[in-house]
Amino acid sequence: MTGAAKLLVGAFPRWMGCAPEPTQRIYFANHTSHIDTVAIWAALPIRLRNTTHPVAAKDYWGGGIRSYIATKMLRAVLIDRSRSDPNANPLAPLIEMLKLGESLIIFPEGTRGSSAVPGQFKSGLYHLATQFPNAQLVPVYLENLHRSLPKGAVLPIPMTCTVRFGAPMALAAEETKEAFLERARAEVIKLAGNVKA
Amino acid sequence: MTLREKMFWVFGGVIALLAIASVAGAILGKRARSDSGRATVDNLKARVNAWWVMIAVLAVTFALGETATLVVFAFVSFFALREFITLTPTRPGDYLPLLLAFFVILPVQYLLIGHDQYGTFAIFIPVYGFLLLPAVATFAGDTHEFLERSAKLQWATMITIYCISYAPALLLLNIPGYQGSNALLLLYLLLIVQLSDVLQYVFGKLFGKTKLAPLVSPSKTVEGLVGGGLTTTLIGGALYWITPFTWLQATAISFVIVVAGVLGGLTLSAMKRGLGAKDWGVMIEGHGGMLDRMDSVSFAAPMFFHIVRFFFT
Repeated sequence: MTGAAKLLVGAFPRWMGCAPEPTQRIYFANHTSHIDTVAIWAALPIRLRNTTHPVAAKDYWGGGIRSYIATKMLRAVLIDRSRSDPNANPLAPLIEMLKLGESLIIFPEGTRGSSAVPGQFKSGLYHLATQFPNAQLVPVYLENLHRSLPKGAVLPIPMTCTVRFGAPMALAAEETKEAFLERARAEVIKLAGNVKA
Repeated sequence: MTLREKMFWVFGGVIALLAIASVAGAILGKRARSDSGRATVDNLKARVNAWWVMIAVLAVTFALGETATLVVFAFVSFFALREFITLTPTRPGDYLPLLLAFFVILPVQYLLIGHDQYGTFAIFIPVYGFLLLPAVATFAGDTHEFLERSAKLQWATMITIYCISYAPALLLLNIPGYQGSNALLLLYLLLIVQLSDVLQYVFGKLFGKTKLAPLVSPSKTVEGLVGGGLTTTLIGGALYWITPFTWLQATAISFVIVVAGVLGGLTLSAMKRGLGAKDWGVMIEGHGGMLDRMDSVSFAAPMFFHIVRFFFT
């Protein structure tokens, strides 16, 4: 499957701010298409794929063939966006994974956008950052994928997409949730360079 | 000489040249002092290494035969089109025609060649692709810069699919007294085009002073163009024994290939720079993208094909 992803969208890794190391990390990226998860996954070296888990929405990836791809091939963690049980913490499965020392790939916008730069981040990234101060937070920018697979489309248009990994960031002392999320979003946008919104 | 022996000699010659280039790169690498000098040598080494890979792929492809050649060129077109579309701004309204270009037009063009359909292969994209791609784009209801977007789709498919597919289409030609040897004709075309690019680069680095087109293609020099172009033309003439041409014909045809290649390089370079890029892509280390290597071929292949078809079949 990573072969198919590379053929269609290239997924060329660009380690701009850090090296591909096996330290515990939370990669957070802009989200524009269903192919994003596979693209980041394909851009990681094979040795990191075993310990890095994409976070995917249960409502989309929870059933049928998608479920097989998500859980068996990508070893993804499924998150309940609809909060079917109001008392459960939707982040619980992510926290379990991080407790095991594993790394995660998350899309903090929570949903797919349609422009080159990401929209507002949801607070999940902040909560994970406060609970796991030792995990490196690595901003990731996915270039071009919003053009490859627009919302509603099924087949991706082949495109050369780069996956840009930025410098790790951390939650600053006494930083507010809003300030942190805005700073994290700015880090992803910075990796985009001078693209048009 | 049999076909096999000729192939052997040509590939042997290319391998010998590459070996010399690798040794030269190693020596230059030890002697380079300045940072810019070292960067040039590093790029030279990357280019030579990429050539080893490309020659290996080509040799295996030729050994496997006609179908493999078509498949490999279909992938060359695929990657070239992918690069073209990546650099060209498109809108969500272009989704359907782009899908059509990648997954219908491209395979159909190569299937037509595979099934010996000269009449259809030669007009499929210039007529049907030309008219239908913009027509399909209207379904999205987006009229913003419609003419520009249509032109991008048409140029993308013409250059990366249609023009490049003329190279493997050489296998279709039925040349009296040359049956079964068409693979050599394809090899001849690729050899002349790429040798011309390489020798222009070498002559340019050694003697280059006057820039040919500083804004369009900053590395091209008049000295490189004349020196590399003429040398290639002479080599093309000397290689007449792998072609159905006399040495005089081979020299004249090589000259056309060289000129077409230069025009292709300039045109596609102007296009990518107009799109704000220095290279079409990153696939081939030291060279840039697939289209940086195929730009001259895309112009030379159709002209070579039609010259051969007109005068020799």
